[in-house]
Amino acid sequence: MESMLHITTLHYLVLGAALFLLGVIGVLTRRNVVIVLMSIELILNAVNLNLVAFSRLWGGVHGQVFAIFVITDAAAEAAVGLGILIAFFRNKETVNIDEVNLLKW
Amino acid sequence: MLLGGVLVITRKNPVHSALALIVTLLAQASIYLMLYAPFVAGVQIILYAGGIMVLFLFVIMLVSIDRSVRERQFNSQWVVGMIAATALGGLLIAVYTKGTSIFPDRALSIVEGDNTQQVATMLYGQYMFAFEIASLLLLVAIIGAVVMAKKRI
Repeated sequence: MESMLHITTLHYLVLGAALFLLGVIGVLTRRNVVIVLMSIELILNAVNLNLVAFSRLWGGVHGQVFAIFVITDAAAEAAVGLGILIAFFRNKETVNIDEVNLLKW
Repeated sequence: MLLGGVLVITRKNPVHSALALIVTLLAQASIYLMLYAPFVAGVQIILYAGGIMVLFLFVIMLVSIDRSVRERQFNSQWVVGMIAATALGGLLIAVYTKGTSIFPDRALSIVEGDNTQQVATMLYGQYMFAFEIASLLLLVAIIGAVVMAKKRI
């Protein structure tokens, strides 16, 4: 086991970056609004992973407290976003964001 | 965790995506445990996987989307989206390959068994103002969600 790879902070940051990239792809390419909202949750989770990894690197729990606040914020934003989704669906009976084009010129 | 993320963005059925996201969140909680953050891992499981995802599943149930499962699932600007995501990926790769020398090889050794107390001390001491503002934010979000989803205001 001489060549066992140490899991440094950089590995966690790269994992966070990969999750962020997946979330961005999900937001930019899907038609269904619910899946776009779920991709936004993926992005927030990637940020949380970065925060907690850095908190482990520097000692102290500041990063973890910030991560708790980000989770709280994500809950509030998911609730409001889904409320808007329900109001939108009641009007138009579809969940495709391609059809939200009333303001399009 | 990455497999869960890929499944979130590629499944046709939103219920499958929600289940894949739950798997991703649980995997992330276990990574928090690896980083010695047991309180954040517990908060993640209870709040995120147990609260927010249940909310998502309820909304998926209400928004009855049998029709949209059979439609096309990638939107009309997916080419530009993939180009932008590739540019972002290139930027992240460039940042992370140039900056490997900043991070030390070993993490700090931490006294175990103290994490929740430290988080609570920080949360009620130094970050008290942010804590109160977060509770106000949740109140506003509750009011907003209830008003948005009512039939007649």
